Amino acid sequence: MPRPTLRLAALLLSAAPLATAAHAADPAAVVANYADIAHAGYEDSLIRAGELNAAIDALIAAPSDATLDAARAAWIAARVPYQQTEVFRFGNPVVDDWEGKVNAWPLDEGLIDYIDPMLGANDENPYSVVNVIANPTFEISGTTVDATEITPALLESLHEIDGIEANVATGYHAIEFLLWGQDLNGTGPGAGARPASDFDPASCTGGNCDRRVAYLKAATDLLIADLEDIVAAWGEGGQGRADVTADPQQGMVMAFTGMGSLSYGELAGERMKLGVLLHDPEEEHDCFSDNTHASHFFDGLGIRNVYTGSYTRIDGSIVEGPSLQDMVASADADLAANLLSDLDASVAALGGVVASAEAGTAYDQLLGMGNPEGNALVQTAIDALVGQTRNIERAVDVVGLDGVGIEGSDSLDAPNAVFE
Amino acid sequence: MIRTALLALAVTAATPLAAQTPPAGPWGEPHLPPAPRSPVEAARIARVTAPTQSFDAAETYETHPAGAATKFAAPSRNAFSFPSANMGFAREMDFRLGNGLFKKLWVTAPASTRSSDGLGPLYNARACQRCHIKDGRGHPPSGSEDSGVSMLLRLSIPDTASDLPAETLAYLSNAPEPTYGLQLQDKSIAGLAAEGRIAISHTPVPVTLGDGTTVTLRQPQYTVVDPAHGPLHPDTQISPRIAPQMIGLGLIEAIPEADILAHADPQDRDGDGISGRPNVVWSTAHGQWMLGRFGLKAGSPSLREQSADAFSGDIGLSTALHPAAWGDCTEAQPLCRTAPDGALGAPDGLEVSDQVLDLVIFYSRNLAVPARRNPEDHRVLRGKALFYQAGCAACHRPKYVTHRLPDRPEQSFQLIWPYSDFLLHDMGAGLADNRPEWQATGREWRTPPLWGIGLTATVSGHTQFLHDGRAGSLLEAILWHGGEAEAAREAVRMMPAEDRDALILFLESL
Repeated sequence: MPRPTLRLAALLLSAAPLATAAHAADPAAVVANYADIAHAGYEDSLIRAGELNAAIDALIAAPSDATLDAARAAWIAARVPYQQTEVFRFGNPVVDDWEGKVNAWPLDEGLIDYIDPMLGANDENPYSVVNVIANPTFEISGTTVDATEITPALLESLHEIDGIEANVATGYHAIEFLLWGQDLNGTGPGAGARPASDFDPASCTGGNCDRRVAYLKAATDLLIADLEDIVAAWGEGGQGRADVTADPQQGMVMAFTGMGSLSYGELAGERMKLGVLLHDPEEEHDCFSDNTHASHFFDGLGIRNVYTGSYTRIDGSIVEGPSLQDMVASADADLAANLLSDLDASVAALGGVVASAEAGTAYDQLLGMGNPEGNALVQTAIDALVGQTRNIERAVDVVGLDGVGIEGSDSLDAPNAVFE
Repeated sequence: MIRTALLALAVTAATPLAAQTPPAGPWGEPHLPPAPRSPVEAARIARVTAPTQSFDAAETYETHPAGAATKFAAPSRNAFSFPSANMGFAREMDFRLGNGLFKKLWVTAPASTRSSDGLGPLYNARACQRCHIKDGRGHPPSGSEDSGVSMLLRLSIPDTASDLPAETLAYLSNAPEPTYGLQLQDKSIAGLAAEGRIAISHTPVPVTLGDGTTVTLRQPQYTVVDPAHGPLHPDTQISPRIAPQMIGLGLIEAIPEADILAHADPQDRDGDGISGRPNVVWSTAHGQWMLGRFGLKAGSPSLREQSADAFSGDIGLSTALHPAAWGDCTEAQPLCRTAPDGALGAPDGLEVSDQVLDLVIFYSRNLAVPARRNPEDHRVLRGKALFYQAGCAACHRPKYVTHRLPDRPEQSFQLIWPYSDFLLHDMGAGLADNRPEWQATGREWRTPPLWGIGLTATVSGHTQFLHDGRAGSLLEAILWHGGEAEAAREAVRMMPAEDRDALILFLESL
């Protein structure tokens, strides 16, 4: 299958106009624009999920290499706006409570469908070999689960069952696994290679094609319903918008917290550094589709969007307004510029990983123990993300916001407050 | 027996004179190095940590059980999984890496992912998170077909029944069961038999409360079925353990040793019926005796040793502290000892490198304690007063101030509210596992911290408490208290229902 290219997205970045200090640095306007960008990003995600749903309908109606490729391309396109919304995690409770349903990772895919018995069998997670698609009923801790009808409600009930976070039954990565299948290539080239006939009850491969089709539809329907919820949360009167606009100072803290936490802990740390540390191809965020490079790139772009207060929508229109950058610039123009150049650098470094993927070396191959150049390419992006976090923290100080990531600041480091 | 070999080495290195009993404390805090306190500061701390006499309002900072590290968030299933709230972005990276490793599924060696292999050969779980589900409390198997993960059995035999020399036994928590070692591993890699399975049966124990209500407790009995290498030693001691919650561990590690020892009263000189003994354990990491702080019997002195022990015993992975790749396999399990291991090709010859171990320790040190929800509620305050009046606070000691620790800003100099004295207490015959551990007898347990206990149902989806999850509710857990806690338990048992409910409400607010 031809690898979809991201060059267009990279072009969009360079074409996006930079927010300038021309905007008045009014906190209420900054957080309102932040909420507008969140709303637009989730709305774009919903539109692309609708297109994915249509492509999946076409696949189901006439399973073929062409319709499967089109569904895969629609999934990859759906990730573009969604990943740019990840910066709204880590600080917005509405998003944090919701996010696990749509983007949980990594997953024990044996919960969902057949897997290579030598790879992925997770023997002490009793659900990792449940294989819902092959089993209309199964036992969980002595209770029989009726899965004859594969519905969104059933998938929700299986998600993170028994508190095991790898029991991912819903969301983008469940759909990804269904469209691609397991990537059995380790740190070698190649993604998952599920045949289109896995979705063809008339000449079925992999068994239970009707149930696989039902699962794919239910998971996509659920994704759309979940995205509708989050779009509403950022619309007028929604909880997400209310949370950041009620107290604009606090709203800006939440915005910076999301930028810093996604940069440093989540993206640079758990999603990238761990893979380099362990040289483990399983430490790949979009492991079935080999689309990890794009996921990381659009995460990085989303961080920059929030800072510049500007988001280029999937139709090419631009949502922009007063920004965090304006706030920082009104206090310290040099710092504002330095942070922007940091963000440009991290987006460029993540673009380097994209370029590698587009040239034929996928993200999982870059992690291999015998690939020091690949390791270094990923490390460069990690370093850039780490670097920008320092200036994010400085920006918080300059803007005079207390307590980014520090909730409950009644520390004994203010001993008089405690002892007197 | 790897532990034997290892400890024999440690003994040689540290050259204490074949001591049979550890020296009297204090033993020091080589795991920390703390900055000293001035007398003025110590006096202020003593004032602020003294038990309150007033229950009309919540105390200052009572909403913050972990000081500035306390996490404020709406109660959710993730309530135990946040980093210390006072952690900077820079250190959050290490926390997230540690989280990734905590969730990591280890695989059988040899695998293409050299740094992720080495599982077992015998093990209880393939990932830390598999027992410490959502970083919360584990639970006993829910049915006969449940695989039992998040609970395990520790094994040993009496020292007097062991063939090991006395000078070796002096530096071991227990004499291992000669074939099965110190723990029953109920899983194994392909081609090897697991050691056996846990079987549990229950006997009902009715308890009548002061108001005539009957509560039926369930007394569990444990046996090992399908033992792979034949019957266990006839004198085998079995101790069931559920995985403890992970919150606040770094703060417990940072409590000054002297502040814990100050509450010890092994001879019960104050005549309150409560002794409180420190456990004293041999530290392999530091080559000296140390105060035991972690584990259900305070058998481990530091998070480093607790983590390395778990990697070895629970997952079968080697670390610098336990370099044997075969984990808990004994000499009587030769196939297990010769199975392929995951150290091949690793620069340090270890399955878990120091770098990986350090990240897991950092993660374990920094799982935040959630904020109190409603400490100002008048019924909660009523319950708090009853908690003190009934004598619960004599062992479940409310407050400490941690050491000043320049290298650990999240834990440094925080006023914390764990509700534990971290000492051993005789809890009576009903709770006894009859398996000693270091200085702890078969009837003694470490007072467990109570912070976060009210979120157990939210995080873990159950309310199963005590070392083996036998109590189905907080009230049942209290009713199981015996021995030194008998007077406090009787006070609760005889309370009017309204007071009992207020007490439980207070616990649920923690």
